[in-house]
Amino acid sequence: MDPRVSVVDKRLAGIERIIAVTGGKGGIGKSLTSSVLALTLAQLGYKVGLLDLDMSAPSAHVILGIDGIFPEEEYGIIPPEVHGISFMSICYFTGDEPAPLRGEDITNAMLELLAITRWGALDFLIVDMPPGIGDAAMDVIRWLKRAEFLILTTGSKVALVTVKKVIQMLQELQKPIVGVIENMKMRESGLVRDELSAYNVPLLGAIEFDMDLEDKIGDAAALAESTMAARLTEIVIQDPRFKLSQN
Amino acid sequence: MHEWALAEAVIEAAVEDARKEGMTRIREITVRIGELQQIELDPFTFALDEIIKLHGELLQHAQVKLEDEPAIFKCRVCSTEWHYQKASLNEAEGEAIHFAPEVAHAYMRCPRCKSPDFEVLQGRGVTIQRITGLK
Ligand SMILES: Nc1ncnc2c1ncn2[C@@H]1O[C@H](COP(=O)(O)OP(=O)(O)O)[C@@H](O)[C@H]1O
Ligand SMILES: [Mg+2]
Ligand SMILES: [Zn+2]
Repeated sequence: MDPRVSVVDKRLAGIERIIAVTGGKGGIGKSLTSSVLALTLAQLGYKVGLLDLDMSAPSAHVILGIDGIFPEEEYGIIPPEVHGISFMSICYFTGDEPAPLRGEDITNAMLELLAITRWGALDFLIVDMPPGIGDAAMDVIRWLKRAEFLILTTGSKVALVTVKKVIQMLQELQKPIVGVIENMKMRESGLVRDELSAYNVPLLGAIEFDMDLEDKIGDAAALAESTMAARLTEIVIQDPRFKLSQN
Repeated sequence: MHEWALAEAVIEAAVEDARKEGMTRIREITVRIGELQQIELDPFTFALDEIIKLHGELLQHAQVKLEDEPAIFKCRVCSTEWHYQKASLNEAEGEAIHFAPEVAHAYMRCPRCKSPDFEVLQGRGVTIQRITGLK
């Protein structure tokens, strides 16, 4: 018997809201959005954690410019606080070496992080989900029982075809969906609204395609000033779905 | 001392299982310690004892039995099998693997064909082998 699953709930017990950022495909901005959302919430004064669960291609540390730090050991491991965010990723352990992980290895590595990381008290834990609805994503959905899902799409039919499947699956599993954000918006179009109208999911807003975003990667202060941060701040402040229960 | 976190997982899982099985007392928990994770036994057993003390009736007389499980790897490319001693890891690599055994794939290679695509046949980490008790 694998003892680790049994302790996951206990590790997450001090967290008020777990927001898992997902979407159909790779490359639609899950990692950027998770990282900038975590920054935004931290700037608004919330206690925030960020967990990168993309074991094959962890990238939140690159986005936030996190390098040369290692978690402390204390009855488990304590995620280091960087830019006001408690940050955990497999990157602390793999360094820059390529680590080819099979499905079972990915499951094991994610579960190990969930079992040993002590987050303490947080308002929000933002989870950068493994892409799609494969083994890894299904594991996370099963283990993070209290997770609420923030779904990213782009305004392209190619992204939407898979996003619809993600939404349908989450709804079948009766998982809460915070809403959908359209990322990399390039023009006005009703496509996202029309394609998703049948699913009864809140459309939270859109983040424009930002030509200058690339220059801000690795620089948390610059990212906090990006249009992505501005849009996410609007969404978080205006949308009642981001309120904590006590406020 | 991250052994504490793993010890906590063992006890949580044992309690969960005992409840499911309708046990009123756990007598013995047999835990397998996979070699790859290089668990430090002193802090691990210390943690188990301390955590057991925090629980009531159910665990009052529980004994934990530890069994070593040697790590064996098998290359998916050339089918070579090898043991942990062959891996020759430095301290930092061993430490990283201690926290997340899967990162062995970053630091170990098949001794014959150098492939990183190998399977951990046994001895990955901490598992519960058996729980006995009274109903
Ligand atoms: N709104 C945006 N404007 C411009 N580029 C973006 C935007 N969102 C994401 N990107 C870029 O798209 C690429 C993929 O984003 P990423 O967050 O890694 O996607 P995912 O995690 O979903 O695979 C990155 O290079 C990122 O900088
Ligand atoms: Mg990503
Ligand atoms: Zn080989």
